[in-house]
Amino acid sequence: MDLSFSDEDLAFKAEVREFLETKLPEDVRSYYSRGMHVPKELQVRWQKILHEQGWMAPAWPVEYGGTGWTVTQRYIAAQEFGTMGAPTPMPFGVSMVGPVIYTFGSQEQKDYYLPRILNSEDWWCQGYSEPGSGSDLASLQTKAVRDGDDYIVNGQKIWTSYAQHANMIFCLVRTDSNAKAQEGISFLLIDMNTPGITIKPIYGIDKENTLNEVFFDDVRVPVKNRVGEENKGWTYAKFLLGNERSTIARVAQSKRRVNKLKEIAKTERVDGGLLADDKDFMRKLAQIEVDLMALEYTELRMLSQEAAGKRFTAEPSLLKIKGTEIQQRLTELLVESLGMYGAPYEAMGDYEGRNDTAPGPDYANGPMAEHLYLRAATIYGGTNEIQRNIISKMVLGL
Amino acid sequence: MDFELSDEQTLLKDSVDRFVQENYSPEARLKLTETDLGFSRDHWKTMAELGWLGMPFSEEVGGFGGSPVDTMIMMESMGRGLVLEPFFSTVILGGALVAEAGSEAQVEEIIPTLIEGNLMLAFAYAETQSRFNLNDVETTATKSGDGYVLSGHKIVVYHGDTADKIIVSARTGGESRDEAGISLFVVDRDADGVDIRGYKTVDGQRAADIRFENVKVGANALLGTEGEAFPIIDKVVDRAIAALCAEAVGAMTAANEITNEYLKTRKQFGIPIGKFQVLQHRMVDMYMEAEQSKSMSDMAAMKLCFDDVVEARKAVSATKAQVGKAAKFVGQQAVQLHGGMGMTDEYSIGHYFKRLSTLEMLFGNTDYHLNRFSAAS
Repeated sequence: MDLSFSDEDLAFKAEVREFLETKLPEDVRSYYSRGMHVPKELQVRWQKILHEQGWMAPAWPVEYGGTGWTVTQRYIAAQEFGTMGAPTPMPFGVSMVGPVIYTFGSQEQKDYYLPRILNSEDWWCQGYSEPGSGSDLASLQTKAVRDGDDYIVNGQKIWTSYAQHANMIFCLVRTDSNAKAQEGISFLLIDMNTPGITIKPIYGIDKENTLNEVFFDDVRVPVKNRVGEENKGWTYAKFLLGNERSTIARVAQSKRRVNKLKEIAKTERVDGGLLADDKDFMRKLAQIEVDLMALEYTELRMLSQEAAGKRFTAEPSLLKIKGTEIQQRLTELLVESLGMYGAPYEAMGDYEGRNDTAPGPDYANGPMAEHLYLRAATIYGGTNEIQRNIISKMVLGL
Repeated sequence: MDFELSDEQTLLKDSVDRFVQENYSPEARLKLTETDLGFSRDHWKTMAELGWLGMPFSEEVGGFGGSPVDTMIMMESMGRGLVLEPFFSTVILGGALVAEAGSEAQVEEIIPTLIEGNLMLAFAYAETQSRFNLNDVETTATKSGDGYVLSGHKIVVYHGDTADKIIVSARTGGESRDEAGISLFVVDRDADGVDIRGYKTVDGQRAADIRFENVKVGANALLGTEGEAFPIIDKVVDRAIAALCAEAVGAMTAANEITNEYLKTRKQFGIPIGKFQVLQHRMVDMYMEAEQSKSMSDMAAMKLCFDDVVEARKAVSATKAQVGKAAKFVGQQAVQLHGGMGMTDEYSIGHYFKRLSTLEMLFGNTDYHLNRFSAAS
């Protein structure tokens, strides 16, 4: 047991810091560290810089383009990204479909898709939920019927984040209606430009369009775009959700919010003093900080156990539950810290220059956007209630 | 950076686990709590023979030079069985104060005998007005001839009625809450003017209120430099708090295992009660609290190895705040999930609840440490 960093670790930390100081575009940093959605063009520009550095997919096996970083190095990099306000790559390609492809995909799929994820040629979205299939995901009804070398896909997906930016979607579809719910599902990679696909935007409580409905009307998908075996898609889907859970704690991002709160508390005035002198407020912040430490060291302990050969079942669901609860409490407290300036709010599209000309102090521009958007955090990736079901079954054997 | 045990540490853990398994069935423990002593001298001898009493002390005085991580491992395993012997009071608190503050002669006199199992210690620090504040000391030590005269009232001194020597914090200078002016003294239990009133505590252990009425001690009773004991107390107590947190982690883990098993076996409405989602989610919350407490306890033990006072304080107070919150939740919900069975003295779960409750309070409750963490950050 040892928490110390080696000289190599410290050198690595300096390397990451220097990279971010010199290469992170200011506009990207500004959007991201405010808690606003980074526009696609900026996100892609940043991902290409990361790719050039070879840091697009640190967790991937080295043979597919991973960095081969140790657990400690991954931790250090995440901390530095968080501290500097640097976004990580969009998760749909790198963290979700990428690992499914290199674990279960054909050689042809690996050769074609993995490089395109790394160089940001493809923007992926996730076709999982349907209007009738939320927490009960396995009840999904979108059908794929075999026709020669193609499947013909009909149905509808919903809550598809950033589908409007995507040129690729990975989809769970039903290929056997007679089998048990989990046993008739296949995993398809579908080009969004295929005829018969329609995207309809959904505007969120944050007045932004991140969510969408995606309709499939006789969409022809080549059979070679199926990952793994037919009707085994549920296995790959669960594998993907497991990966998603373990990348969802977002400790470094939450730490940045803690620091931001401390800065705001040193500026906002209350009762002739500073918010930082308000015991009730600071007490709330301290409690979140302690909870965040508990999350951070639990994530580190799990990474350490994993590196030592332990195979988890549903333990990482803890990281999802606690991480998202903390994200919500922090963004709620950020809004609270603004006092009256917690009220003004307009969507990014409502006027030009939203990023730097909102009313109130500069730091008031962002917390509400984040607070609203992150109400979804305890819902997406499997609701926190479903995560508890999974732990109960897989870990506690209840 | 890693959280894995070395081979030696695994052996140590296995050894303590085995001792607990063999000696601490709920029935055996309940019997011990009903004796006058409150623990077993035979067990104490076994601990000495196994070398446990020397774990944190340097090799020069016959110890093993163990780190805070080794302490954490032992305390966690002892926590699983709610062990009653005064390992914490004697080794982690009293012994550490002597080792840190004492002169070479004092260390030579006390530590080897302690390691052999022939000397028990207790630390008398709390007073009626002090609550958890270690520098709120009104017990006085006045210079008199070559030595000192001690007067004051110390409360809830764990193992205070069974210890051979009491280590007392007393004021040799300064005002009542100053950090400067606090000194440490080693006082024999049967010295003139020492009045010890022992009693049982709710967690199955024993403690004492101790009055010092003009107790004369020699100059050699002073541990370390006069008036400069506070930083040493602070350091030793931070390590002690980490040890108590580890004990709580062990107790929570055991309480969760027992409760989880109960959910699988107890049937109502024709099915095991663990099939009810509301109980499943409660159990998951208990599991998550214990896991996060374990992570924090490991972290605190590792941070204490660095010898950075401020970092240690932050780590320890954050850990106590997490563990305190978790200990209350797990202890109370473990009783709740057992229904009526949880209320019986005969069944083990109530004993876990009671020890977890005092662990939340000892050396500062959750509120206290949240404030201390906030002030240090």
